[in-house]
Amino acid sequence: MKSLQEIQAEVVEDFSMYDEWLDKYEYLIDLGRRLEPFPEELKTDDRLIKGCQSRVWLDTREEDGRLYFRADSDAIITKGIISLLIGVYSGRTAAEIAADDFSFVDSLGLRENLSPTRANGLASMIETLRQTAQKCC
Amino acid sequence: MTQLEKIRQEFPALGEQVYGKPLVYLDNAATSQRPLSVVRKWEEVTLKYNANLHRAVHRLADLATQEYEATRDAVRDYLNAESRQEIVFTSGATAAINLVAFSFGEAFVREGDEIVVSEAEHHSNIVPWQMLCERKGARLKVLPVDDGGRLCLEALPGLLTPRTKLVCVAHISNVLGLVNPVKEVVKICHSAGCPVLVDGAQGIVHERVDVRDLVCDFYVFSGHKVYAAPGTGVLYGRRALLEQMPPYMGGGEMIGTVRWTGTTYAPLPQKFEAGTQNIAGTPTLRPALEMAQALRDPAVEAEQRAIKEFMLNKLSGIPGLRLYGIPASPEEKIPLFSFSVEQAHHEDLALILDKLGVAVRSGQMCAEPLMDRFGVTGMLRVSFAPYNTLQEAEYFIQSLERAIKMLRG
Repeated sequence: MKSLQEIQAEVVEDFSMYDEWLDKYEYLIDLGRRLEPFPEELKTDDRLIKGCQSRVWLDTREEDGRLYFRADSDAIITKGIISLLIGVYSGRTAAEIAADDFSFVDSLGLRENLSPTRANGLASMIETLRQTAQKCC
Repeated sequence: MTQLEKIRQEFPALGEQVYGKPLVYLDNAATSQRPLSVVRKWEEVTLKYNANLHRAVHRLADLATQEYEATRDAVRDYLNAESRQEIVFTSGATAAINLVAFSFGEAFVREGDEIVVSEAEHHSNIVPWQMLCERKGARLKVLPVDDGGRLCLEALPGLLTPRTKLVCVAHISNVLGLVNPVKEVVKICHSAGCPVLVDGAQGIVHERVDVRDLVCDFYVFSGHKVYAAPGTGVLYGRRALLEQMPPYMGGGEMIGTVRWTGTTYAPLPQKFEAGTQNIAGTPTLRPALEMAQALRDPAVEAEQRAIKEFMLNKLSGIPGLRLYGIPASPEEKIPLFSFSVEQAHHEDLALILDKLGVAVRSGQMCAEPLMDRFGVTGMLRVSFAPYNTLQEAEYFIQSLERAIKMLRG
């Protein structure tokens, strides 16, 4: 199994292939579309990530000491972003996630190029993943 | 060069580029861009005669005070208010409404009384009234809008009782872009003996405002939406009411005499202008309103009508697009369009449009109750200023179609 750092490096490399912002959005839209369907009954308020302009739901399942995430959003670019994040962190141990500094997100260049409200949403997504992992440690 | 091109050159921000593309600024309902005349006025006051107002006898203070008070006269003229005592400077429309909610509330609102607001108000014309009602044990009643977003005027008389102390309504909704029939609202309310506050944050930009023609009791607006410096604003209040209202804040030039045994207050309008005022900002209202006047040029107005017609026509042709704020006639709407598009979230649209150089607003536009009314979590809002061009509207529609295509795949 690849290490968390290896997977992060791959994601950064994939993303850096796109010079144009619209191409980056196309990539995120595509990721969002390919995300596995999220059960309607899991779209509850306690699964909502606060601080995003659009609604983002995150569901966490723990199995054999590893965390598995599912997510959804009513906005497709946001869905692509959360898909990218859970693609990296799903299946990792809580300790691994809690110890990560999430700095690979900065290498994607998403933070500074998304609108401030969106950047807040991204920060909220990261914070929710981190806190979920810490609780499971 | 056309008149509009000349005027656009006065707004340097309109010539900026974003992501290597010409900026198309269509978020004017949030704030307008500033003309050079406004920036220069701010600079002039700050660099040449910066001094605190009304107090000192020195030359600089005299010049600064003259600027400030000349601005009051200019605003009085612009609004056609009866006297300069009726013009109170504030930090914006929100501050002006809060002032009225407090001071009018202290003077006139008791337990069991009622305040009426419309369903299409900005939070700034809702929350101060909720706070007042909570403080006084009063009740907030809501004047609904119909499915097109138009005020249900016929419901208004039924809402008014002898306990209704004030009706608060926007001149133009910041979400729907519909010009409300405020004159009729005032007529109905006054016949029931109830005064009216008009939130003119959008109205001051797009309509000719004459408070004596409207006969409204309060009219408020922010400077920054009508080209002036941020942190400036105006409360027009009918003198008879302002005189009965206690001060909102204490300190500074709002006093008559201060003794340990008690304090008397300054006459209008200083009674409501506590603390050091916006010395350099407020005078920018003068060149700003001159710009608003210059933008009432027939050629500019013709362009605005063309934009409106073009936008209404194009938007109605986009499958799955739902427009909020449907006017009975084109004159009833300003070039402000809020809508949602099936299979294309407003936030996604705004993000893609941004990368194409188009600045628009997505979300709830500070009007959550109205979002609930239409059953949406947000909308996309495109708001034109009189300095925008038909060409920009055309670029917007092309960009919107491109964004929708990307999102629908």
